[in-house]
Amino acid sequence: MQLSLSKYLKKTTEAAPLAVFRLFFGLMMFASILRFWLNGWIEKLYITPKFFFSYYGFEWVKPLGDFTYLLFILCGIAALMVAAGYKYRLAIILFFLSFTYIELMDKTTYLNHYYFISILSFLMIFLPANAYFSIDAWRNPTRAFQKIPQWCIDAIKLLLGIVYFYAGLAKINSDWLFRAMPLKIWLPSKYDLPLLGDLMQQEWVHYAFSWNGMLYDLFIPFLLLWKRTRFVAFLMVIVFHVLTRVLFPIGMFPFIMIVSALIFFSPKIHQGIIGLISKWFSISKQRFDNLRTYQFSGIKKNLSIGILSVFFIVQLLFPWRYLLYPGELFWTEEGFRFSWRVMLMEKAGYAQFKVVNAETGNRFYVDNSDFLTPFQEKQMSFQPGFIIQYAHFLADHFEKDGHENIEIYVENYVALNGRKSTPYIDPQVNLLNFADSFKHKTFILPFQDEIKGL
Amino acid sequence: MIKFSKFLLIATLMFASCSTGDDGDDGGDSNGDNFDRGEMLANWADNIIVPSFVAFKEETQKLEDIAKAFADNPGVTELSVLRAQYKAAYQEFQTVEMFQIGKAEELNYRSFLNTYPTNTENIESQIASGNYNLELPSNFAEQGFPALDYLLYSYGSTEETLEVFNSNPEYINYTVAITERINALTAEVTASWEGDYRNTFVNNTSSSSTGSVDRFTNDYVMYYEKILRSGKIGYPAGAFTGSPSPGNVEGLYAGGISKNLYLQALDSFEDFYYGVKINGEENGLSYFQYLDYMDDKTDSESLTASISDQFLAIRNQSSDLDDNLKSQVETDNSKMLAAHDELQKLVILLKVDMMQTLSISVDYVDSDGD
Repeated sequence: MQLSLSKYLKKTTEAAPLAVFRLFFGLMMFASILRFWLNGWIEKLYITPKFFFSYYGFEWVKPLGDFTYLLFILCGIAALMVAAGYKYRLAIILFFLSFTYIELMDKTTYLNHYYFISILSFLMIFLPANAYFSIDAWRNPTRAFQKIPQWCIDAIKLLLGIVYFYAGLAKINSDWLFRAMPLKIWLPSKYDLPLLGDLMQQEWVHYAFSWNGMLYDLFIPFLLLWKRTRFVAFLMVIVFHVLTRVLFPIGMFPFIMIVSALIFFSPKIHQGIIGLISKWFSISKQRFDNLRTYQFSGIKKNLSIGILSVFFIVQLLFPWRYLLYPGELFWTEEGFRFSWRVMLMEKAGYAQFKVVNAETGNRFYVDNSDFLTPFQEKQMSFQPGFIIQYAHFLADHFEKDGHENIEIYVENYVALNGRKSTPYIDPQVNLLNFADSFKHKTFILPFQDEIKGL
Repeated sequence: MIKFSKFLLIATLMFASCSTGDDGDDGGDSNGDNFDRGEMLANWADNIIVPSFVAFKEETQKLEDIAKAFADNPGVTELSVLRAQYKAAYQEFQTVEMFQIGKAEELNYRSFLNTYPTNTENIESQIASGNYNLELPSNFAEQGFPALDYLLYSYGSTEETLEVFNSNPEYINYTVAITERINALTAEVTASWEGDYRNTFVNNTSSSSTGSVDRFTNDYVMYYEKILRSGKIGYPAGAFTGSPSPGNVEGLYAGGISKNLYLQALDSFEDFYYGVKINGEENGLSYFQYLDYMDDKTDSESLTASISDQFLAIRNQSSDLDDNLKSQVETDNSKMLAAHDELQKLVILLKVDMMQTLSISVDYVDSDGD
């Protein structure tokens, strides 16, 4: 065992797949940042709001006012540097830090695929992605290597495999498989799609999409790994992600996943891609084909492998943390994030906050639009962590306004996956008695139904 | 070579299965068991929104004509006629106030016609100086029905009012200017609905957040929450401040019309939900029918039943209210707060359950999901 592991770690392969991955990853990240800016989302999501929802422990991460644009510029430049393989180590660290900072500024905008980008760029810090077909390798031939350790490429495959497989596991639940929820709500609203619009109204289509989605996510990593099914699997990747792009507003994510899946292909194909690019831009590819093998220096190797081992153990275990909480995961959302639970819920809520003077009994309601954007209000209205944080913010605000003996209550209704709305947070509970934490939130009222499954 | 042919085979099969699916569906196209959003939009536009604006336009035209007649001959009778027409037009306004989309949205129609409480100080100073521009957004609170309400009723009896009006001809000029502006804005909105905008609205059946159904539904629910519930009941009751503010009642100075205005707004809102056509006949497609189509009948009580029940509960509660909501606030505000609570329950059904069932996105502006 020990032997085979050290043997595996010594195995080498062509650096081309990692170089292609680096190039496309950098370009797509740059495009994402540009798209985000051009859509006006920097202003809309990070400049306009008066209040931002923080992740527990990251309350210090806030938008920087107009300097937020600078942060995006930095992130965009870092992405381009990653693509070019120019000062790669610095670039990927900058990218990881700036991108992650952006995502931590307001958890209203949390998306699984942003989290994926964050951890993928973290992983890439430890990979020699600039060894081949990069400016770094061009400028300094002593730093250029045609071969790298096999595990450097497998690490990316493993991460992609975890994302897909865990997303598949999360779909094994009664709402997804036996009620076709939430697709039964989402698909009919796509009535205006050419050709598909009428099909989207059919119940059997909702079930077919649900089951196929689950099977796709569970098996695609293995189909991509196995040589004989790889090509068909890649076609499935394209069809699946293009379809999700057509049906749902998920931005760049489908394209990122399609391009990422290329990593599963053999070095020959990647050599071909690099050959093509070299031809277009008249780059002398031979300069990189030096047959040299990249070697991690002893301490660097141990450090990288050590950190990445811990990283993957955390990735494998973290999605299961929900088992430590009582109650229905979809309802309480305790342990929901960072676990590849993608498109599983149609959840909506309404939260009417009441400010009460504990001594006089005087009370009044809060107009959420005074403090939150519609998007923030929507996200806040069904997530307990948001509700607690907002309640404390309201208390501070009204205290400054001269109100005394403040207690904050919320009348809160939530509807999940087509069920009728029911009370969510205990309306009798003064929210100021609670602070946000990882502990189970006892003020959440129990779910009135049951969702079976993982 | 064998591999490649296998791929071709699979690809062909996939495309074949896709295209047959589409073919089979194209045959039964338009209707089938599909809910026709285009028809719903057409019903909204042709049978509800346009006729409502046309009817309201008649009232605002009359209002302007009568105001001018009063200006020509400022007597007690003419003032009484003007007062009556103000009430009639304000009442009719409640049938169109919720349609803040298209031209109305562009013009800030609702804010110009019905921002209350009105700014009495500014009105007096603008009249005193004779210098004002009602087209400025900074003048929302100095015009529209609330300003008219103030001018026609705040000075007392018809005789007392005439006395004030006679003290400075600007009073009459200002009154006429307000009625002209109400009529002009209404004419503009009505004309746009009778012109191109109707087709723009009906043809935009896109399911995206910029499609007509999504946008209108956001507006419709927002109107209910902010304008009907908060504006007409919540603010006067002090639901958001803790201290009742009778001065925030709609139609404050005329007295005794506020409850009717509220009920008219509620009626129109409810009728719209059921698709009730303005000019008789059976109901057309609207939210009620849409929800019924989407309902998968798994819950014991359907959403449509809950919504109908809640409309009824609101109506029943409203019979406890005084005709003059201002006196209701002053004498027994708990009934106003009770009205607010009943209205509130419907907010949840509309904003959470209905919007979810119809998969309407809350925000107009696109953003990514995952």
